[in-house]
Amino acid sequence: MIVWIILFPMIGAILNGLIFASGFWQKKCNGDEHSEHSISGLIASGAVLFSAMLSTYFFVQLLSMEPSQRQIIQELFVWIPSGDFTVSFEFMFDTLSSVMALVITWIGFLIHIYSTGYMHHDKGFAKYFTYLNLFVFFMLILVLGNNFPLMFVGWEGVGLASFLLIGFWYQDNEKAYAGRKAFVVNRIGDFGFILGIFLIFFIFGSVNYQDVFTKALDASFMSAVPGITITAIGLLLFVGAVGKSAQFPLFVWLPDAMAGPTPVSALIHAATMVTAGAYMMARCNVFYSQSPTVQMIVVSIAAFTAILAATIAITQNDIKKVLAYSTVSQLGYMFMAIGVGAYAAGLFHLVTHAFFKALLFLGSGSVIHAMSDEQDIRKMGGLRKKIPITAITFLIGTLAIAGVPFLSGFFSKDEILAAVYDRGYTIHWIIALITVVLTALYMVRLYLLTFEGKSRVPESIKRYVHESPYSMTIPLMVLAVLSILGGYIGVPDFMGKVVGIDHSNFFEHYVSAAIFLDNTKEIGHHYFGHWALAGFSVAGAALGMIIAFYLYYLKPSAPAKIAKDIEPLYKASNNKWYVDELYDYIFVQPFSYLCNLAASFDQKVIDGAVNGVASALKDTALTLQSAQTGVIRSYATLMAIGAAVIVAIIVLW
Amino acid sequence: MNIGIEHYLVLSAILFVVGAYGVIVRKNLIIVLMSLELMLNASNLAFVAFSNALGDMTGHVFMIMSITVAAAEVAVGLALLVSIYSHRESLDIDILKLLKG
Repeated sequence: MIVWIILFPMIGAILNGLIFASGFWQKKCNGDEHSEHSISGLIASGAVLFSAMLSTYFFVQLLSMEPSQRQIIQELFVWIPSGDFTVSFEFMFDTLSSVMALVITWIGFLIHIYSTGYMHHDKGFAKYFTYLNLFVFFMLILVLGNNFPLMFVGWEGVGLASFLLIGFWYQDNEKAYAGRKAFVVNRIGDFGFILGIFLIFFIFGSVNYQDVFTKALDASFMSAVPGITITAIGLLLFVGAVGKSAQFPLFVWLPDAMAGPTPVSALIHAATMVTAGAYMMARCNVFYSQSPTVQMIVVSIAAFTAILAATIAITQNDIKKVLAYSTVSQLGYMFMAIGVGAYAAGLFHLVTHAFFKALLFLGSGSVIHAMSDEQDIRKMGGLRKKIPITAITFLIGTLAIAGVPFLSGFFSKDEILAAVYDRGYTIHWIIALITVVLTALYMVRLYLLTFEGKSRVPESIKRYVHESPYSMTIPLMVLAVLSILGGYIGVPDFMGKVVGIDHSNFFEHYVSAAIFLDNTKEIGHHYFGHWALAGFSVAGAALGMIIAFYLYYLKPSAPAKIAKDIEPLYKASNNKWYVDELYDYIFVQPFSYLCNLAASFDQKVIDGAVNGVASALKDTALTLQSAQTGVIRSYATLMAIGAAVIVAIIVLW
Repeated sequence: MNIGIEHYLVLSAILFVVGAYGVIVRKNLIIVLMSLELMLNASNLAFVAFSNALGDMTGHVFMIMSITVAAAEVAVGLALLVSIYSHRESLDIDILKLLKG
């Protein structure tokens, strides 16, 4: 029955696609946009709501099972029967995929509702919801599939949906180009991912999760496998995750992906698709926990990504760009947790991040909506009085992501920091701590510049600034509540004890059924206890917030002065450390040079040969055509002469 | 004088060359057609001569076939000729140059 979770969005996508293609309601409603739109929106949101309720139903069923038995598997048919290689079309609803399915469907549902308001004026309304449902469909295949090829189908499918939605306003060249960039950069990662799947099949002889993981946990089987292959599998899968989850060096597509409609940024490029890499690596925990080399690489890249993106986010002036870099940075946190083997902590941050980042993106969408499509925060300020609901929910999101105690981000981020420290990655922990400061700094800066202080809104727009309709503000409020309370599903055990609750980290206990190999071995040297670690991250967040408050509220003239004092640094950060330019120089330009070379080879040598043959034939024909005089007597003469010559040859030879 | 195969062949060759000359040189279509007949009959003569000399009836058979074909050819040729004349009002073959390349 779990297949229906996936089928509902598919049906929604098909219906909306047909509606869009046939223009059915357009005719039926005689161009009445309002009723036409509400029908497509109803189909799409309803489809996702159904699958959300179904996921909840199965989640409740899982809860009623024995903790170690928590999985439901449904096999539909054998998809690829080919000798030793068989792939079934089967779905698994276990603790790990249930978490993802719940996040995808419920947050997806809220964002669908929001979209009905946000996209109301858009002509491609049905098309938009077709793509959005298609995305949910593929995303659910990704998380619910019970083998690697099926995950890969979803993996590519969400890439496609992402491409379609980034380039949704494809009439704008730049937006179409951003979609293409996302697609191409993702292909690099997918290349590694599929090679990893090949290697898994080569080593384990199966692509089914249960078979592969059972064998990978079997010590006698593993002793025959050289360690380097496990490292290779881990690295190749990580390459896939780096592409999809926008880690260094493949993060460049995510900020550009902000060209898409804002709800899309919230759903795909913040809450769900970009976390697919984290999900995949948590799913493959048996490989990562057995390969310290890969773990070291993962943690280092993740830490570097986190701080790099945070430094860029500080100086961005586009409200969505700040959030995009913030997403990259937060994804870095998730990968750090997964890299050190604290899979539950990573997934916990995935969930809370989905709450507050979706909230922030939807909030920014509400701001953009109010500001008549203006995204530059230098032209905002003082918006709180005009759009109070958006401002308050945005503030809640900001505080949650900054790690203010007892909001959701605090619990998850703290758990990650503690895990990183506990397992002896002290340098990475320090980097993560600096990133906490930066996170608080850029988020509070964003909030203050947008909603507080003096208004810098141009007069022409000022009159039209208005609060968004209920279809947009209600999802904001729901997400704000989730951002506040969402963290309480995973309160660390040591904090729960204080108020007398044992096993308060429900999330970790729940997810652990799907984590087969969790190297919780605490290797580190403990200078600091849990409370001290929590204290550090709170202090870091407070420091960042104070700096931001001082610079952007108390002394608004200071930032410009500082920017001038450290101009090269400021410029580099504002220009994203020139990573795009670097890639352009290293990859794009040599490639286009090569392409031009190939093109000129094609034109000159290959086409030249073909054209040369043709023109040589033409010249010959032109010369020979003078023989065709049309005078019958000359033909007769030539024939007679020819016959005579032939006879002469035959006779005289 | 004993008339042998050589005489027949020489006569045949002379007739053939005269016919070929007529075909090549003359401009009037009727004359060209007549010259063609001459060439055909030259070859018929050669056939019969060889047949007689070698004592083989195959040459005779060929000659009969050839005469039949020639009759058909004349019928078609004259019909064409009439048609051309009615279109062009002339039988000069040099003005029939539609196939010039």
